[in-house]
Amino acid sequence: MTRKQKRLSVIVAGLSFLALAAGLTFYALGQKASYFYMPGDLAVANLAPGQRIRLGGLVEKGTIVRGQGTTVSFAVTDTHDTVKVTYTGILPDLFREEQGVITEGSFGSDGVFVADSVLAKHDERYMPKEVADGLKAKGVWQETQVK
Amino acid sequence: MVEIGHFALVLAFALALIQTIVPLVGARIGSDRMMAVAAPTAITGFALTALSFAALMVAYAGSDFSVVNVWENSHSLQPMIYKLTGTWGNHEGSMLLWVLILAFFGALVAAFGANLPASLKANVLAVQGSIGLAFFLFILITSNPFARLIPAPVEGRDLNPILQDLGLAVHPPLLYLGYVGFSICFSFSVAALIDGRIDAAWARWVRPWTLVAWIFLTGGIAVGSYWAYYELGWGGFWFWDPVENASFMPWLAGTALLHSAIVMEKRSALKIWTLLLAILTFSLSLLGTFLVRSGVLTSVHAFATDPSRGIFILCILLFFIGGSLALFALRASSLTAGGLFQPISREGALVLNNLFLTTATATVLIGTLYPLALEALTGDKISVGEPFFNLTFGPLMVPLLLLVPFGPLLAWKRGDLLAVAQRLMAAFGAALLAALVTLFFIDGGSVLAATGAGLAVWLIFGAATDLAMKAGFRSVTFPVMLRRLVGLPRSVFGTAFAHAGLGITLIGLVGTLNFGEEHILTMKPQQTVEVAGRTIRFEGIQPMKGPNFNEDRAHFQLINAGGQVTATISSSKRFYPARQMPTTEAGIKTIGFSQLYIALGDESADGSVVARIWWKPLVTLIWLGGLVMMMGGAVSLADRRLRVGAPARRKSKPVPVASPS
Repeated sequence: MTRKQKRLSVIVAGLSFLALAAGLTFYALGQKASYFYMPGDLAVANLAPGQRIRLGGLVEKGTIVRGQGTTVSFAVTDTHDTVKVTYTGILPDLFREEQGVITEGSFGSDGVFVADSVLAKHDERYMPKEVADGLKAKGVWQETQVK
Repeated sequence: MVEIGHFALVLAFALALIQTIVPLVGARIGSDRMMAVAAPTAITGFALTALSFAALMVAYAGSDFSVVNVWENSHSLQPMIYKLTGTWGNHEGSMLLWVLILAFFGALVAAFGANLPASLKANVLAVQGSIGLAFFLFILITSNPFARLIPAPVEGRDLNPILQDLGLAVHPPLLYLGYVGFSICFSFSVAALIDGRIDAAWARWVRPWTLVAWIFLTGGIAVGSYWAYYELGWGGFWFWDPVENASFMPWLAGTALLHSAIVMEKRSALKIWTLLLAILTFSLSLLGTFLVRSGVLTSVHAFATDPSRGIFILCILLFFIGGSLALFALRASSLTAGGLFQPISREGALVLNNLFLTTATATVLIGTLYPLALEALTGDKISVGEPFFNLTFGPLMVPLLLLVPFGPLLAWKRGDLLAVAQRLMAAFGAALLAALVTLFFIDGGSVLAATGAGLAVWLIFGAATDLAMKAGFRSVTFPVMLRRLVGLPRSVFGTAFAHAGLGITLIGLVGTLNFGEEHILTMKPQQTVEVAGRTIRFEGIQPMKGPNFNEDRAHFQLINAGGQVTATISSSKRFYPARQMPTTEAGIKTIGFSQLYIALGDESADGSVVARIWWKPLVTLIWLGGLVMMMGGAVSLADRRLRVGAPARRKSKPVPVASPS
């Protein structure tokens, strides 16, 4: 090979490697990223069965039911629509009634959302960003409440 | 004292302005006197910033709640150590620490750069000064830590309880020493572009600085990871959280830079690439600062939520990244390029390393920024987490780790792949054995675990093979070999340690992710549970009182086969009244390299408690591996050929030309 050909082949090899990595990245973004919904968005969301999503909202007052071993069930609401959620495990320290929460998991066949992780944030005034935006859009929550 | 701190900060800002302009102009018009301004202003600027930081620390130590920042982040009952570390446990204070470290690195160049060419030194300090200028302005305008509160409140609002911890006391300084340390490489690169030339002094200076920054960044990430592991009570050590990625990206790019700088130093090739990589590495540091400090993220780490700050940092980011890349585009073609070389050679291996590491950096970058971009453009909110990174970052790491042992064994210029492969046969055998044992003889062994274990052993034995071969294994007698081993350059040991450290971390990952156990159960007092063949008995819960918190402390006992109590583990839920905030203090018992980890859930009236108990085999190796990598970096830094006070200047060697084949 001449020097030029050699350089060319190195460049081609490098570029095809990058293309492969880029392809993998975009495939992964399509497949592995989970979308965020509020309870009210679900009617139009058109979810595939078993699709992983993140469901956020407020923990509705008076819906937290413990028992059944370490399984906890509660309802997540955006003040208009409500979704029932079950979760097995230890809830975060800041999980409380009427606090913002994000749960991640998928819907079971009975329409109950089975969460495998529950996030509440480490700050008593903190409202998860997605939840805050969603509630603001519905006009039931204002920025001043966090300050 | 507080006003002195504020005043010193304003003075430091003014000095940074001088440090930016005068030496730059001086280098342009060739005025020695103007260039000589750089060093004293850099050193004085550092002294003033240090004074300013000390003033804030004194305010924290004395619980001076007339300072807004102290009131918001401290409490008179806090232990003194957390009063002091609270100085940087908040947005304003941590930005002050950021500029302090920036000024510190500038002062180091000023103090020890006597043998640098005058114009290079002047330009480096000018660029360093300009970064300082931007961030001093940022602090003074948007994040003044010295703002007063009149009348002064009687009591402070306490430091965020999860930050009241020794791990988080040392994490930010280490991380910033790494992050900001790359500013020196950036300044050297921009200075070279301004100067329009890269000479031997440039190459000799950049590598040790990269190494120093890399060592600290490695430490910062390791400490941060361990802190998240024991303090958040989730038992996880890495969440692919954007804030973690923000520190991981400069680390990946910095690791690439470390390797390309070797090629540049030894073979004076890859010059322009190294220069670009240095710019990109610090750009990623700046991006990380933006992500963390602007509050654009939804993240457990993001405490800052003021958009005006975000826009300010974004402007700084755009100016420095855009400016340096534009300068690069204009000037790079005028720099003398290095020579080409054979693909099968040490250089070639290092180029492959760079290809993998920069691509990996890019996948992390995309995974971190894509959700932000998507939300800004379409309003869709997505989260990109572990599944994404497993699919993109993972596949890139496997071939990279496979190639690691080959690199140091290949000769410069023209390597013999077959000979190297033969030398690595023993390491390969050990790796294969480890993989097979994991797959067939350990419960729960999977193909993934076997691959991981094999790769880890491959890395460690590969590193050992390199040392043995360089000492003359098989070709000389044993005593001669030992003597040669001791006489090897320290950088050879550095490489071996760093690569072995990577293998050690990998063993920890394989152990924890594949062979761990997790139990979630409600335990009544005196109830026992079997975890990984060990019996744990719950003794009961006791209320306790700390200096600024109350806690419910649960006691567990570890019981051996004979019924004897071998250890007690206490795990608690704390409540900090000042912030009305609960935290979890996990109970951890280290057994060998493994750990038992107990976190508490809710308590019932009958004295029973929900407990989450993990068995984490070999988990400590994850961080010990990081420590070994740091040690490798430190040993390499001690290599006399790499001394910062570089030896007498020599003429640059002629560029090797690849022979056509």
